[in-house]
Amino acid sequence: MIKSGKIAVIGDKDSVLAFRAVGVETFCSNGMFETNDLLKKLKDEYAVIFITEELAAQVEETLNRLKSRAYPAVIPIPGGLGTNGFGLKGIKRDVEKAIGADILFDD
Amino acid sequence: MARLAVNPTRMELRRLKTRLKTATRGHKLLKDKSDEMVRRFMEMVRLNKSLREEIEGEVAEALRSFMLARAVSSSEDIEQALSMPKVEVVLEAGTKNIMGVDVPDVKITMPTPEDLLPYAFAGTPSDLDSAVIKISTLTEKLLRLAEVEKTCNMLADEIEKNRRRVNALEYVMIPQLNETIKYILMKLDENERGNLTRLMKVKSMMQEN
Repeated sequence: MIKSGKIAVIGDKDSVLAFRAVGVETFCSNGMFETNDLLKKLKDEYAVIFITEELAAQVEETLNRLKSRAYPAVIPIPGGLGTNGFGLKGIKRDVEKAIGADILFDD
Repeated sequence: MARLAVNPTRMELRRLKTRLKTATRGHKLLKDKSDEMVRRFMEMVRLNKSLREEIEGEVAEALRSFMLARAVSSSEDIEQALSMPKVEVVLEAGTKNIMGVDVPDVKITMPTPEDLLPYAFAGTPSDLDSAVIKISTLTEKLLRLAEVEKTCNMLADEIEKNRRRVNALEYVMIPQLNETIKYILMKLDENERGNLTRLMKVKSMMQEN
């Protein structure tokens, strides 16, 4: 199945505006409910959705539900304030789920 | 371990033996699949980690210079400058199959970088230029990250499911079958012995008369 996909960015106003210049569609969200609504609306239309880490941390359950399908890929990226470790935590959780113990991050 | 509720007959015994054979073979195959998936997953997740660490730094840096640009000029100016982008990133969203899991496979058509900036330079600070250029070089990497990260997510899910199957076979199904087979064998032997004694008893009774 090959289709042409679109890319969306969800985040706070300051962070997403920069992505608009490179031809990616951007959506602003200020809170958990707004983000949930946006994700629901965008999930069938976009192939890749980037979401700032602060917002991603609030809607973790929705993200977990979207994990089982190939598309859309919802990927947390750091926002304007830098990273808060949510993205790396996701990788860590994957490793723990698959292997049973965390063997990548030795801290 | 509880045995299955079946009648202790030869037919059942034969049926259970076939089932045991299938279960053992399935268990071995699933275990092999699990091993290979974990190997693939480890490769992917290492890549995922290094990509993410690299990208997080770069995105934060790009957004920082964008913040600077916003601070220097009014937000209307910036919004106006970016409201009509010249380029559009188009990607081909396909899927590929890793160990029976359909994972995303993204192909990107990147825009030409010369006519990237969609605004005049007069009204905007130079920080904006560098932020936009940085982000546009990052796009490809970001999409690669998206692909790898999604693959890792899905593989992790699949590995977990597969492990449950292997464990169910190894610790429930196969012991149960073994136990039931043993039970039927004992029962059949017991019947045989009972039959033999009965015959001997009948014979001795006949000889007495």
